[in-house]
Amino acid sequence: MKIRVTVNGTVHDSDVEPRTLLVHYVRDVLGLTGTNIGCDTSSCGACSLHVNGEAVKSCTMLAVQADGTDITTIEGLAVDGEMHPMQQAFMQNHGLQCGYCTPGMVMAATSLLKENPHPTEQEVRLGLEGNLCRCTGYHNIVKSVLACAAGE
Amino acid sequence: MIPAAFEYVRAESAGEAISLIGQHGDEAKFLAGGHSLLPLMKLRLAQPSVLVDIGRVRDLSYIRDAGDHIAIGALTRHMDVETSALLKQHVPLLAHAAGHVGDPQVRHRGTMGGTIAHADPASDLPATTLALGATYVAQGPNGTREIAAADFYQGFLTSALAPDEMLTEVRVPKMQGAGWSFQKFNRRAQDWAIVGVAAWRRNGSAGVALVNMGSTPIMANAVSAALAGGASVADAAQLAADDAEPQSDLNASIEYRTHLAKVLVRRALEEASN
Repeated sequence: MKIRVTVNGTVHDSDVEPRTLLVHYVRDVLGLTGTNIGCDTSSCGACSLHVNGEAVKSCTMLAVQADGTDITTIEGLAVDGEMHPMQQAFMQNHGLQCGYCTPGMVMAATSLLKENPHPTEQEVRLGLEGNLCRCTGYHNIVKSVLACAAGE
Repeated sequence: MIPAAFEYVRAESAGEAISLIGQHGDEAKFLAGGHSLLPLMKLRLAQPSVLVDIGRVRDLSYIRDAGDHIAIGALTRHMDVETSALLKQHVPLLAHAAGHVGDPQVRHRGTMGGTIAHADPASDLPATTLALGATYVAQGPNGTREIAAADFYQGFLTSALAPDEMLTEVRVPKMQGAGWSFQKFNRRAQDWAIVGVAAWRRNGSAGVALVNMGSTPIMANAVSAALAGGASVADAAQLAADDAEPQSDLNASIEYRTHLAKVLVRRALEEASN
């Protein structure tokens, strides 16, 4: 089936099988491999990206459902080679260890701040409940998001 | 995991969706947010040969004041239910419970109608709307009909909807200032409830429904009857599992669930009484 999506500002016309998952479309068809596949069961959040500005789990959405939408992946956050403030906050606050969950965390966190620009620590923890990290114990991830919200 | 191959068709209206599902018969399924159906398809627990995508039927995404109740379009997403000022004012229990479905990413995609039609006893909103005495509206080839939540859930993942009917609206009575509580016990933040409780109290009346305490969402009628008869919250809560048929699974034994239901119903009634 033919779909048209805008991904990181570029319009793509593609012909996909209806069963193609959005995560496979961005990774395998568009070559944007920053979006990771973790659990593949909509639990871990590693595949989070933005559809029309909101974080979704791209392992649980068909590419055909995304037809006509505006998608942002982790590759689309930096502007002119300058990392997004959330990416910088993760770097400065050691918000990652192995890095596997990081693209999903950053996409969930930027979506969270769009809905709630000044969250409490508890609201950050709840806001990231759909993203699992097996390294950090979440402490520095939460710290990163709070730092970004505070403009640090 | 990738679902088995299927034919994909898109409906622009409820009428078109019903006509499409009628053409394709029992092998066809409606696709809304897909957050119940797609995981089942990836695991091959569901293998529809046709998906009728109703995700673009925009005129079924609304939350309206309809006098004595709030009308919620079937394609309204959990995030919109959670953040609705109208629901926070008139049906705060439902807005609150919607904020406990899955996680934010799931709530950005999952829909009110989808979770009701899926009829999962472990989901939050079937039990919550049951506790609130909601009515569901179904549209089929011969028109629409109303189904009381109490008559809707017929078995595990089985509802009163006919194969060619589509759930179009959920009508939830205004709570009229009733006290309320939503209790959800799980081990990981985003999981389904091991046991959950949705409850409200107003004057002598109460409604208590249980999540994941049987093959359908269940009304704990023995609890409300005891309260109406003057029993204390602590005594009424002891009857929490009287109407339930809990199952044993990896998370909890039948005995554990039964105990948990009593504890959570007591907490819920205490909170709803404040």
